[in-house]
Amino acid sequence: MTSTAESRPLTRKDFASGQAVRWCPGCGDYAILAQVQQTLPKLGIPRENFVVVSGIGCSSRFPYYMNTYGIHSIHGRAPTLATGLKCARPDLQVWVVTGDGDSLAIGGNHFLHALRRNVDINILLFNNRIYGLTKGQYSPTSELGKRTKSSPQGSIENPVNPIGVAIGAEASFIARTVDMFQQHMSDVLLRAAEHRGATLVEIAQNCVIFNDGAWKHLTDPDAKLENVLYLEHGKPMRFGQKRQKGIRLNGFQPEVVDVAEVGEEDLLVHDEKAEQPTLAYFLSRMGPPEFPTPVGVFRCIDKPIHDQLLLEQVREAEARKSPDMNALYRQGQTWEVPQGAK
Amino acid sequence: MTKASIQKQELDRVTILFCGDSGDGMQLTGSQFTATSALFGNDVSTFPDYPSEIRAPAGSLAGVSAFQLNFSSIPIHTPGDTPDALVAMNPAALKVYLPKLKPKGMLIVNKDAFTDVNLKKAGYEEDPLEDPELTSQYQLRKVPITTLTVNALEDLDLGNRAKRRCKNFFALGLVYWLYGRPTEPTLRWIQDKFSKVPSVAEANRRALETGHQLGETEESFAVNYHVAKASTEPGTYRIVNGNEASALGFATAARLAGKPLVYSSYPITPATDVLHELAKLKHLDVRTIQYEDEIAAMGSAIGAAFGGTFSLTGTSGPGVCLKSEAINLAIMLELPVVILNVQRGGPSTGMPTKTEQADLLQAFAGRNGESPIPILAAANPADCFDVAIEAFRIAVRHMTPVFMLTDGYIANGAEPWRIPGFEDLELIEVTHPSDPEGFLPYERDDATLARPWAIPGTPGLEHRLGGLEKQDGTGAVSYDPENHEHMCRLRAKKVERIADFVPEARADGPPEGDLLVLSWGGTFGAVYSACQEARTKGHSVAHFHLRYLNPFPRGLGKLLSSYNKVLIPELNLGQLALLIRARFLVDAVSFTKVKGRPFTISEVKEKIEEVLS
Repeated sequence: MTSTAESRPLTRKDFASGQAVRWCPGCGDYAILAQVQQTLPKLGIPRENFVVVSGIGCSSRFPYYMNTYGIHSIHGRAPTLATGLKCARPDLQVWVVTGDGDSLAIGGNHFLHALRRNVDINILLFNNRIYGLTKGQYSPTSELGKRTKSSPQGSIENPVNPIGVAIGAEASFIARTVDMFQQHMSDVLLRAAEHRGATLVEIAQNCVIFNDGAWKHLTDPDAKLENVLYLEHGKPMRFGQKRQKGIRLNGFQPEVVDVAEVGEEDLLVHDEKAEQPTLAYFLSRMGPPEFPTPVGVFRCIDKPIHDQLLLEQVREAEARKSPDMNALYRQGQTWEVPQGAK
Repeated sequence: MTKASIQKQELDRVTILFCGDSGDGMQLTGSQFTATSALFGNDVSTFPDYPSEIRAPAGSLAGVSAFQLNFSSIPIHTPGDTPDALVAMNPAALKVYLPKLKPKGMLIVNKDAFTDVNLKKAGYEEDPLEDPELTSQYQLRKVPITTLTVNALEDLDLGNRAKRRCKNFFALGLVYWLYGRPTEPTLRWIQDKFSKVPSVAEANRRALETGHQLGETEESFAVNYHVAKASTEPGTYRIVNGNEASALGFATAARLAGKPLVYSSYPITPATDVLHELAKLKHLDVRTIQYEDEIAAMGSAIGAAFGGTFSLTGTSGPGVCLKSEAINLAIMLELPVVILNVQRGGPSTGMPTKTEQADLLQAFAGRNGESPIPILAAANPADCFDVAIEAFRIAVRHMTPVFMLTDGYIANGAEPWRIPGFEDLELIEVTHPSDPEGFLPYERDDATLARPWAIPGTPGLEHRLGGLEKQDGTGAVSYDPENHEHMCRLRAKKVERIADFVPEARADGPPEGDLLVLSWGGTFGAVYSACQEARTKGHSVAHFHLRYLNPFPRGLGKLLSSYNKVLIPELNLGQLALLIRARFLVDAVSFTKVKGRPFTISEVKEKIEEVLS
């Protein structure tokens, strides 16, 4: 494929489609759009090689605002379009934009299998823990007891944790960031883009209308440092205003400790490359009120990549066997009816 | 040691039905007989009929597996109405298939299998072989097939069970003798198939030859039948079933356009073999992906089409139900995808291994909104090849998803296929725009109304598609009432325009007269033959078989009005009849059958006589 005609480096502006953005004022999606438009030009990939595929929901309007190729598809199915596209065109950078309802309710099956296959696509899951576009019903990530229009007495459903689902699906790259964490999000998006294989980035996103403050403990300037654990590969897990707290493993239970008391050497050290997902799973279970919420890369491992293997099988078969259609037609037993037989 | 006299009798066609327990190897026996007859030069047509259980309880009625085949020196189009010969390997098979056997037909049974236990499993109170009626009504030959097979293999170092399993080759050898077939093709096949297990190859070879020898020597086989070569078009032939032919056709279509073929699918009877066939064609850049479900397969097909490859998904009726929403997305995005539906008995899970053509209305209208889609149907196994290519030609020329309908009967049924030369096939032209100047994703081609197929990776053509209503031209989201009506009509018109590109309706038979029989899909063979026979009897009957069901071909209305009556036979409760009546206000007679089985020629012929009387 030819690259973008103009040789100047791409900027954020090149990725804005110019279509009027129609999310509610104050919606967390604006910040995510800005970061994605900011980050993609840094990848050195021609703009025409990006495709953004979405499902249905507020987040899924995303492709309209990106000046790339894009498909606003149907509810829950974006990973399937992305997989087919990537298998057809491994040269493309394919991003899936989805929400908690789109990916974990109606599209749960495809979410699971796209990650399991490890097809080389990037999934951005905007998690606002509510259905926004249908005006406020509980979602698969809404907490038990959540009062919404469809659960006036409180939700009686247990929520799922997107990171935990991704671990269960054997995803090779799993990360979390927050709509308000601009630099952090940009770093995580770059890591996801550079990873070969399926990536899941959960973005804690605020729905200002139907679930305002769902992630307040992570974004409130006063509380934030006490509640967020920034994961850094190879570093001990510390957090707090003065990084005075840490995470230690007590048997099979993580616990919050005072670093001054126990010493840094006793703390859990983050290992995103760990062969087993045990540590990532511990981390996925952490959150308020007892624990800080980890953000950053939970897991980043090398695994065989689906679309690459598919192409390898094709190339290997092509090298082995000539594409002779007439030979194919004549496979097995054939017989001749000579001229003049009729 | 040869018999004193063997009578030779010449026949122009013979129908044989092999039946036995699912584990008895009847499908193999039938397909070997078919291949041998085809190689010999006969016209052939087959009907494998098997249970959906992989291994139903041995000896039970539910576990009976059958293979009916018709071979001839004259052109044939069906596997035959009533068998001239029945080979029953156990009591259950006899019970299920005896009613099909022609009066005075040849009945060969494996006497060894008629034990008390097996008789009970088949629901026989007494041994039917002892019934004098059976001997008087049929040419009954009680052969201890198992014993004779095991005896012939006595000195081989094989377990008894393995020896008994060779009995189907014994039966095949005997029937080969009966119909003067050469054993060489099967001997070659055995050698090839079991090259790694010489003892099994030897056992099967010997079983086949011993069976053949029995015909030679056994006094009760007094007649040896002969069916001469058929006079067919010159050329090179092979046997194909519909699923094989479809797979070859799809691979060919992609090759004719120089494109990869992406096959997105989920296993479902009776379409799964298409996945198996295409998975073998990676050397042609055929990329098969087995998905988590039918919906994923359809979504993937849309993604692959957006990427610019030839994109195919295949399934059966229940799978189409699941795909419906995504099919509508493909209609909205106006992307070329071929959807193969190998129809089976419905509704719901229905009868997975039995045939039916009751998904026509599903294809036509089984989606929300005004949702037009072209529909093509294959007439017989070999026709699947041509229709597969035609489906892709239409999909990419008109930028639309296209339904291709086949059914379990032609998907599994086999017949000779006159092999084309790849170089003689018309190329499929595909263009992708590259000029950003004035590019509009929903700009219309004057002739077809198709939009341009702009693909990712093309600088300056970045655009967004989506399921929301489109503004014509720009493709931008639009809630404008005028535009919506315009787009609904435009999408319908785009599909109607396809009729300008396909052959006009022309009937086989008199151009006007008493009766037009209008058929579609896998009923072709029976309807064609019935009409031919009716004309032979002097009736004024024409036949038109629809390949294009949406849009209907030009001239169909005129054709329908050229006859006093119109008869529409179909394996559903009148779906084409409904469309024809609505569209042309024709008082067509609907003739229907939903038994999971194809029409016989005589059923259609009787109906023709009835309508004409």
